[in-house]
Amino acid sequence: MTRFLYILIPLLPLCSFVITLLLGKRYFKRQAHLIPIIAVLSSWVLSIMALSSVISGNTFNEDIYTWITSGSFNVTVGFLVDQLTVVMLIVVTTVSLLVHIYSIGYMHGEGGYPRFFAYLSLFTFSMLMLVMANNFMQLYFGWEAVGLSSYLLIGFWYEKQSAADAGKKAFVVNRFGDFGFGLGVIMIFIYLGSLHYDTVFSTISTLQGHTVHLLGYDVDLITLIALLLFCGAVGKSAQIPLHVWLPDAMEGPTPVSALIHAATMVTAGVFMVARTHDIFNLSQTAMNVVAITGGVTAIFAATIALVQNDIKRVVAYSTVSQLGYMFMACGVGAYAAGIFHLYTHAFFKALLFLCAGSVMHAMQGELDMQKMGGLKKYMPITYWTMLIASLSISGIPGLAGFFSKDEILWKAFSAGTATGKFVWFLGTLAALLTAFYSFRLIFVTFHGEFRGTHEQKHHLHESPSAMTIPLLILCVGAVASGWVGVPSILGGHDGFARYMSPVIAQAEENAEAGNEVEMAVMALSIIIGLVGIFAAYIMYMKKKELPDRLAQMFPNVYRILFNKYYVDEFYDAVIVRPVKAIARGFINEFTDRGVIEGIVNGIPALINDFASRLSKIQSGVLTHYSMIMAVGFVVIAVIVLLK
Amino acid sequence: MVPLDWYLMLGSIVFCIGMIGFMIRRNIIMMFLSVELMLNGVNISLVAFSHYLQDLRGQILVFFIIAVAASEAAIGLAIVILITRNKNTIFIDEINELRG
Repeated sequence: MTRFLYILIPLLPLCSFVITLLLGKRYFKRQAHLIPIIAVLSSWVLSIMALSSVISGNTFNEDIYTWITSGSFNVTVGFLVDQLTVVMLIVVTTVSLLVHIYSIGYMHGEGGYPRFFAYLSLFTFSMLMLVMANNFMQLYFGWEAVGLSSYLLIGFWYEKQSAADAGKKAFVVNRFGDFGFGLGVIMIFIYLGSLHYDTVFSTISTLQGHTVHLLGYDVDLITLIALLLFCGAVGKSAQIPLHVWLPDAMEGPTPVSALIHAATMVTAGVFMVARTHDIFNLSQTAMNVVAITGGVTAIFAATIALVQNDIKRVVAYSTVSQLGYMFMACGVGAYAAGIFHLYTHAFFKALLFLCAGSVMHAMQGELDMQKMGGLKKYMPITYWTMLIASLSISGIPGLAGFFSKDEILWKAFSAGTATGKFVWFLGTLAALLTAFYSFRLIFVTFHGEFRGTHEQKHHLHESPSAMTIPLLILCVGAVASGWVGVPSILGGHDGFARYMSPVIAQAEENAEAGNEVEMAVMALSIIIGLVGIFAAYIMYMKKKELPDRLAQMFPNVYRILFNKYYVDEFYDAVIVRPVKAIARGFINEFTDRGVIEGIVNGIPALINDFASRLSKIQSGVLTHYSMIMAVGFVVIAVIVLLK
Repeated sequence: MVPLDWYLMLGSIVFCIGMIGFMIRRNIIMMFLSVELMLNGVNISLVAFSHYLQDLRGQILVFFIIAVAASEAAIGLAIVILITRNKNTIFIDEINELRG
């Protein structure tokens, strides 16, 4: 593949963004999806070509254009296409293409139709820039640009207050993470003098043993850099404590949730950690932080998902939880397993979201699962695809989610560290909850009696083919995408890890853990998945009074979970309110009105006053002027004579 | 022969009469005449110096001044007529458009 074709991959969505944004409303109107779809389709074809070229051993790493040169600070726009990048390219372009097609049906007749597609193209461009970067600056550019497009798309229905607020929240919460990320990038430049991946990764080991003095402690430099980078990942990938924006981001249109907030953008954090694994590998502390953050988030989000009634929020918390899995894998050094899960997760989670969107479409925007039920016979395609996605996420053998999740749990278990065992325990527990809440959603939504209004019932229908075809294609992904990574114990070749090995060396498996143990771990996670599904079946199909009884038996637990551990309220009290109070009391009253407006209004007032005094001299009486002239002349004459 | 001092005294007296007239008169025409007097006061001293120094350049300058004064009078009187038409007055203290 030539250099030009690699450049085209992100360039085409960018062109489509510019054209659709500028001309869409006037010239394309209802056909505004054409150019974006053609662009992303071409990118997809090019990504497939890139995949085949990488598989045959030709990676690409070149600088295209010098962006900034200032002394020793040198930033280029360059593309690095290796095994890791290609996986991301395939995930991003595939899901993006399907979401584009789905949106034709979903966004049909919506105001701002061209704008929607323009933003989707902008997002695709940004995400491709992010994954194809060969230096930290371009990574950072893509990082912020996907944040921007996420903001624009969450607030797509900006007339709705809650949507505008959610967009703002996503942006502000991400700022916290990105601040750390930015500092990390700056520190890399300060200590290594370069932002190029090649240079940084080959020289980072020279910093081993260096410490920096921070707040009275000597901190290991590499640990500090790794943790700062991880800050960014925590924000972007919605891990504890910055997970609060992702569930709110569901205010955006559902295709956006599927593309940005499930399959691609939120996985950027995992991608970044995997990309910079050379840094993380040098710091055990940072690795432990990553693993434990991931493990805790996985279980934390899963418990919240148990009791939510909003169909999209359940899936959103599920996303947070699955992202936790990916970090867990990275934290125990199994980056390939994390990326493998990222890749399979993109398919089944995008599918779950698009199915949820299809349900909403049929229910006229209703989100509350309590008002659904019995939809199975009205929308069979949606039902079956969502069922398969749920089976996949629950880890049923043979489906995509099984292979990747099991790989993560096994790698965590066999890492041979206390942290590994701990996160394995958390992950296994989370797997139980995952199976439970996924099937709770299925049973409550699609089985039983319809509980909505009569009008809604009258309206129930299967979605148009523009929406069901992407569902079916993604369904194939949710089933088959895991087959590339069948572990050797099941007669496979461990293909995915092998494929990734040129970029990411495989984590060493603990020697003492043999095949029997691996089998046992796998069997345990299968059993746990089945138990979760069965428990959901009992509670929501057989004994329907059981959930309410449980809620009454443990009112406190239920209340805490239902209110998402009060994290939002906590942030509101600790951060939002004080900041607002300072903004109102000090910034607005004192700085803005007092100082700034004082200066801005004061200087003109002063000049005005002086000028109006000065203008009194201009009496308009000619005699006065001549008198002044004469007196002046006499004075000058006297001075000259007396000299 | 009349000494130089006398010419200079005559010149400055004419100039001062013109200056005072300019200052105390209200009538625009009279002020105009006063300006002409001031110019002529200067002209007298220039001619006197020219004669005293036996240098014709002073007298050439006087010709220029007379020519400029004539054209200035033409334009000035035209302005005066326009002001008078517009304002219906010829007294300077009733025209104060430029008051600050």
